[in-house]
Amino acid sequence: MPARVSIFVTCIVDQLFPQVGMAMATVLERIGYTVEFPEAQTCCGQPAFNSGFRDEARTVARHTLAALENCEYVVVPSGSCAAMLSHHYADLFPASSQERAAAAALTPRVFEFSQFLTEVAKRKEVGAKFDGAVTYHDSCHALRELKIKDAPRRLLAAVQGLELREMDAAEECCGFGGTFSVKFAGVSGAMARTKLDSIVRTGASAVVSIDSSCLMQLQGAIARAGLPIRTLHLAEVLAGQ
Amino acid sequence: MSARFDQKISETLADPRLQLAIYTATGRLMSHRKAVVSEDALPEYQELRTQASAIKRHTIENLDWYLEEFERNVIAHGGHVHWCRTATDVADVVLGIAKQRGARLIVKSKSMTTEEVDLNERLSHHGLESVETDLGEYILQLMHQTPYHIVAPALHLTRQDVAKVFEDSLGVPHDIVIENQTLTARGVLREKFLNADIGISGANFLIADSGAVTIVENEGNARLSTSAPQVHIAIAGIEKLIPRAQDLATFLKLLARSATGQPLSVYTSFLSGPRKPGEVDGPTEFHVVLLDGGRTKLLADAEKRESLHCIRCGACLNHCPVYRKIGGHSFPWVYSGPIGAIITPQFHGLDSEPALPFASTLCGACAEVCPVKIDIPKILLELRAEVRDVEKQNADGQLERAAFRAFAYLAVRPKLWSRVLAFGRRLPVWPLGPAGAWFSERELPVPAARSFRELWKERQGR
Amino acid sequence: MNHREAILADVRRGLGRNGEPPPSPPAARIVRPQVPRAARVESMLQKVIALAGTAVHLRTGEEARRFVAALTGGQSAIASNALVLREYGITTLPGVRSGVTEEAELRGLCATASFGISSADYALSDTGSLVMLASPAEARLISLLPPVHIAVVPVDRLLSGLDELFTLLPLPAEQTSSMVFITGPSRTADIEQILVRGVHGPGEVHVVIVGE
Repeated sequence: MPARVSIFVTCIVDQLFPQVGMAMATVLERIGYTVEFPEAQTCCGQPAFNSGFRDEARTVARHTLAALENCEYVVVPSGSCAAMLSHHYADLFPASSQERAAAAALTPRVFEFSQFLTEVAKRKEVGAKFDGAVTYHDSCHALRELKIKDAPRRLLAAVQGLELREMDAAEECCGFGGTFSVKFAGVSGAMARTKLDSIVRTGASAVVSIDSSCLMQLQGAIARAGLPIRTLHLAEVLAGQ
Repeated sequence: MSARFDQKISETLADPRLQLAIYTATGRLMSHRKAVVSEDALPEYQELRTQASAIKRHTIENLDWYLEEFERNVIAHGGHVHWCRTATDVADVVLGIAKQRGARLIVKSKSMTTEEVDLNERLSHHGLESVETDLGEYILQLMHQTPYHIVAPALHLTRQDVAKVFEDSLGVPHDIVIENQTLTARGVLREKFLNADIGISGANFLIADSGAVTIVENEGNARLSTSAPQVHIAIAGIEKLIPRAQDLATFLKLLARSATGQPLSVYTSFLSGPRKPGEVDGPTEFHVVLLDGGRTKLLADAEKRESLHCIRCGACLNHCPVYRKIGGHSFPWVYSGPIGAIITPQFHGLDSEPALPFASTLCGACAEVCPVKIDIPKILLELRAEVRDVEKQNADGQLERAAFRAFAYLAVRPKLWSRVLAFGRRLPVWPLGPAGAWFSERELPVPAARSFRELWKERQGR
Repeated sequence: MNHREAILADVRRGLGRNGEPPPSPPAARIVRPQVPRAARVESMLQKVIALAGTAVHLRTGEEARRFVAALTGGQSAIASNALVLREYGITTLPGVRSGVTEEAELRGLCATASFGISSADYALSDTGSLVMLASPAEARLISLLPPVHIAVVPVDRLLSGLDELFTLLPLPAEQTSSMVFITGPSRTADIEQILVRGVHGPGEVHVVIVGE
C-alpha cells in the first residue's frame, strides 16, 4: 500500500468549503495514508475551459501539471475537477507537445475521492458513523465522464447508522454548470428546484454528493425554499465518527 | 444573449402548464426508451451504437462516393435525383414538377428538412396547397406554428388548444375528446390524400446501394403520402446516406427505440422507385431532392463533422435538463435541444445566437443516449471557444475576457492568488452582476472564514 | 457549374477527397439467431397481441378461410391478388372483392371497404411485423386505406427478425419498388401523449398464421 497521497482540493473547496478538504484528509489518514498538499495548486482551470477561453485554460493547466508533477496519487474531492485533470487536459495541447505527454502521465494518477477509496485503497467502509437518512446526487461529470455510480453509494451504505434512499431523479443535473448558473440563472434555478422536488420525495434529511459545486447550487436553492435539508460532501459523511 | 432568446426562455419558465407539459412528455419518452434499451431487453444495445457510429463516420467521410452511388441507383430504378443548394432551389424543383403535372394539391408527411426550407410557405406563394398530414404537424400548420420537438411536434399543446383550432379552422363543433379530434383529422386528411397530385416526404435514411429512401412513422400518413398520389418527392439532407440496405438491421433497431421507445415504428417504408410494370397502385414518378443547405460547410471541419451523424431521434431533447425547462420554441431554428444547439451555429453562423452554445450545463446526458454517439458536449465546448475567437475581433464579451485573464494570471501565482482571494472573502457580497443573477434564484454561499490552505498550514504547524 | 457538380466539389474539398473509392465500410452487422419455428410462431403471436393487434395460428387454409369469414361477416372487403388468398378460398368469400387490376377501381374499393385482406411476403417474429413487398399481387392501399387489415401469412414466411430478412433480401430494391414493415395498428400520441389507434392507417390489424 502506498503510504503517501497528494490532495488537490479544488478552488471551491479551498475558498468556500474548507471543511470538505479537511474531512477528506481525515479519512485518508484514518485508513493509513500520509496526506500531502502540494502548495502550488490553485484551480484546475475548468471555469476558463468551459467558458471557451482556451488560452487561459492552457495557462492554468500548465501550472497545475507542474504543481502535480511528482505526485504518485492525486486525490480530488470533485468528479468534475478530476475529470478536467484526467480527461480534458490532454485535449488542450497538440498531440506531440510536452504538455500533452505530461497530461497523459497525470491521467492514471488522478482519482476522485470515492474512486480512490474503492479502487486504490480497496476499502468497502472507512469506519464512519452517521445518524439518519440521506440521498445521493450523481454529479454529471463523475457519472458520465468518470463512470462513477456505485462507489459512493457503496461507501455510504456501509456507514453505520446511515440509511441510503435513492431518489427518482438521481442522474438529473442540478443545474449548476459553472457560469451557466448565472448566465441562465432562471433555467439553472428551475433545474435546481426540480432536483429538490426529487430529493424531498425521498424524505431524506440530507443530500450527499462528491462535488461541492453541485452542493453549493442545491444548498442555495434549499435555503431559498426554506427546507430542512442539509447538503453534505461524501468526505464529510465518511469523516464522521 | 439576444433579447428574443432571453424573452422566450423567460416566457416558457413562467408558464406552469407548459412546464408540466414539457417535463411530463419528455419524461414519458425517457422511460419508454429506457425500457427497450435495457440490458434485458436489448443486450446488444451498446454494440449497435458502436456499429451505427462507425457506419455514419465512414459514410460522412466518403460522402461524395455514396451520393453518386445513390444517384446511380435511383436512376437505374427509374427515379430522378435533384441536387439543391438552398431552400429556394428546393421550392423551384417542387414547383417545376408541379407545373409539369398541372398539380394543385400536395400532401406532405413530417419532414424536418422541409421545415428547414419553409417549403409550405414557399409553395403557397405559388398557388399550391400543401397540407401537412402528420396529426401534430397538421395542427401546427393550422396554428401557423413550427414543431416544438423533432419527434413530438405538438408536445406543447393541449386538447383544448386543438379543440379551438379545429373549431376555428375547420368549422367543426368544439370537442375536447382526443379520439374525436383524431377522427376529425383523419376525415379531412383522407380526402386530401385521395385527391392529392403529389406526395412529399422526408427520409430517415437514404440507402446508397439501393437508391432507396427509408421513412419511419406511426400514423400511416407517410405511407399514404407516398402511395396514393401519382408523384412522390422525397426531400432529404445529403447527410442522410448510409451505404447498404443491410445497415438498416443496425439503424432501425436504434431509431424507434431511441425516439419513442418502440422496437420498430408502426410503419417502416423502404421506397426505391416508381411502381413496376403490372403494379396496380403506387406513384408513377419518384423524385429525390438532395439538399445541401449548409451541410457542405460542416463537412470541412473534421472536429465537428460528426454533427452530421444525427438520425433525428430526439432522444437528446428528451434527456436534456435544459430543453426540459426552456422547450422547443426558445431555440432560434427549427432544430431544438442539444442537437439544435450544435447544428444551428454551424448552419447559420455563431452570431445567429451567440449564447446558444453556452445554454448547457455540459451534463452529458445527450451524449449518453445518442444512438450514434455524437459527442455533443465536446462540440459545444468547441463552439464556445469559437465564440470567444469571434469576440476577439469585435467588442463583445470584453468584461468576461478580462475576468478570465485575471483569473489565469492569479491562478499561476499561488501566493498572490491566496492573498487576493482572502481579501475577496472578507468583502461584503452585494447581489450585483453574477452574484445578483445567482441571488435571483438562490441564496448566496457564505465564504469560509479561513481557506483550506490556511487551515492546513495551521494543522501541519501543530 | 450546376448544383450537382458544385455540391460534390464542396463535399470533396471539405473531406479532402479526390473521388477515389472509399475504404470498405465496416462489415454490416448481421446476427441471425437460430429460432425454431414453434418459437417464431409463439413470438409473433405474442408481439402482435402486445401491439393491440390480434393474431392466431391455424393449421390449414380451410381454417383460415373460416376465420376470415367470421371476421368479415359478409361485409365489404377488398382482397389482394396474392396466390395464397385464392388457394385458401378467401377471395371467394361473400362480400370480398379480389382480382382488381384497375387503379381507379382499386382506390374506390379500398376507400370504401370495411376490410383489407392481404398476405405478407415475410413476417418478423421478434417484433411482430409484417413485411409487404409491393407487386402485382400486393397493392399498397389494401393494407392502408380500410379501417381493418387482415394479413394471412403462411407459417414458413416467419423470419426471426430484421437480420434474417436482410440476409434473404440484401437488395430489396431488386425485387420491389416498395417494401413496408407493418408493426401493429396505425397510432399517434401527438395530442398530450395520449395513445390513439387508427389515425390514418388501419386501427385494427389481424394476423393469421397458417400451416403446421
